[in-house]
Amino acid sequence: MTHSAREHPWALQFVNVSKWVVGEQGRRCVLDRLNGRVATGTLLTLVGPSGAGKSTLLSLCNLLQTPDDGEVWVLGREVRDWPVSQLRRKVGLVWQQPVMLPGTVADNLALAARLHHEPPADGAALLCRVGLPADLLHRPAHELSGGQMQRVALARTLANQPDILLLDEVTSALDREAADVIEKLIVEWVNSEHKTAVWVTHDTEQARRVGHETWLIAEGRAVEQAPTAQFFTAPQTVWGQRWVLAGQSQGERNA
Amino acid sequence: MWSLAWTLAFVFLAMALSGWQRLGLSRELVVAAVRACVQLFLIGYLLKVVFHLNNLWLTAAMVTLMVCVAADNASRRGQGVAGRFWRVFVAVSATEVCTQGFLLAARVIPPKPSYVIPISGMIIGNAMVAAGLFLHRLRHEAAARRGEILVLLSLGASPKQAARTVVKAATKASMIPTIDSSKTIGLVQLPGMMTGQIIAGADPVQAVRYQVLIVFAILASAAVTTVVLGFLTYSRLFNAYQQPLL
Repeated sequence: MTHSAREHPWALQFVNVSKWVVGEQGRRCVLDRLNGRVATGTLLTLVGPSGAGKSTLLSLCNLLQTPDDGEVWVLGREVRDWPVSQLRRKVGLVWQQPVMLPGTVADNLALAARLHHEPPADGAALLCRVGLPADLLHRPAHELSGGQMQRVALARTLANQPDILLLDEVTSALDREAADVIEKLIVEWVNSEHKTAVWVTHDTEQARRVGHETWLIAEGRAVEQAPTAQFFTAPQTVWGQRWVLAGQSQGERNA
Repeated sequence: MWSLAWTLAFVFLAMALSGWQRLGLSRELVVAAVRACVQLFLIGYLLKVVFHLNNLWLTAAMVTLMVCVAADNASRRGQGVAGRFWRVFVAVSATEVCTQGFLLAARVIPPKPSYVIPISGMIIGNAMVAAGLFLHRLRHEAAARRGEILVLLSLGASPKQAARTVVKAATKASMIPTIDSSKTIGLVQLPGMMTGQIIAGADPVQAVRYQVLIVFAILASAAVTTVVLGFLTYSRLFNAYQQPLL
């Protein structure tokens, strides 16, 4: 496999990836020989039931977890062959629960530059990018609302100028208006800068709106992988058909 | 000897209180009292021999044994931190070498076992407490600040950068008891060394001089131990792929 991966530097490639976790109920398989690849410039949305392994898959891409079996290739190089700091600069991750470091918003936005001994990015411009006013810069970061924190966390990651962005339900705590700002920002970032994003979401409509490609993760495998339009209109597997139907029913109930 | 035997009344008092309040500590109290007697008499006779022989290597061996026991005791506080015994051993040894070495080099104390061993005991004992607190606090801080550590790592921080706040918090927390007890020394408590000298008939002002020396040495020992231990342990919070282990 490794030969073809080197010849075609996809943004991400998963080759027979397996991951087990040890919990209170013993050893459990979270990812089970998962395969798939993501071309550079793609916005991939990951959908699936809770506990299916979506977040684990994200954390394998920047080596915050290591696959127990198989390989994860990032920009043509296996994750374990990358210098770790360099990999994590290339592959940014934003979590569902934003964590602010002690200090002001400006301190948080300057964090990546400080870690890498570089001049800080323009904090006001970063805030503007995520739809926040520049006067927040000197506010203690812990005083922000959950939605503001999430946007600052995204801006903090973007300040690192990643090539790949991993988003773990980043809009689940935001109101509709704030979620729209983030959606537009990410879509524009991917399309205009030819970057790659992998977006875990439980919001089926969001997955349909923003994705170029969608994977349904269930029982540790990517059971349906298709361009997003096809995924939602003509799913090829029983898993996919059930998921889309359930999403439609949920949408009708919400409407 | 008989007058000493009378002091067993204190143990019986504690046992009576434990029995009355049904604390279930009577057995523990007996074990503690017996161990204290055996250990102290053993060390008393051993020190008598070592002081009499006045041999440099024997003194060094005695100090090394003290460092080993201190490292073993303190490292029990750091479960989950790999190789902690040797790290504590190095930190406590560095503390002993720096502080005791300075006292000897500056001729503050004479190079005699009767001075070196008791003062080493105080320095090593304090370093042991500081190291134990540091390891305990390090685990606690690493768990409590796991979110911050993950954010830093995901932005490309090195383990040293990611662990900086945790190590700093653990260092401060482990030094505070030493600093606080130094602030109230003489007001709340008369320290053991000074009390011992006064009871033995020494001039109280002379006793205070030695006690001040010890207070300064102990302050330095807490700082040296925790800072050295910080440098030696932060990398053990992560695996080879820079993933947090605690």
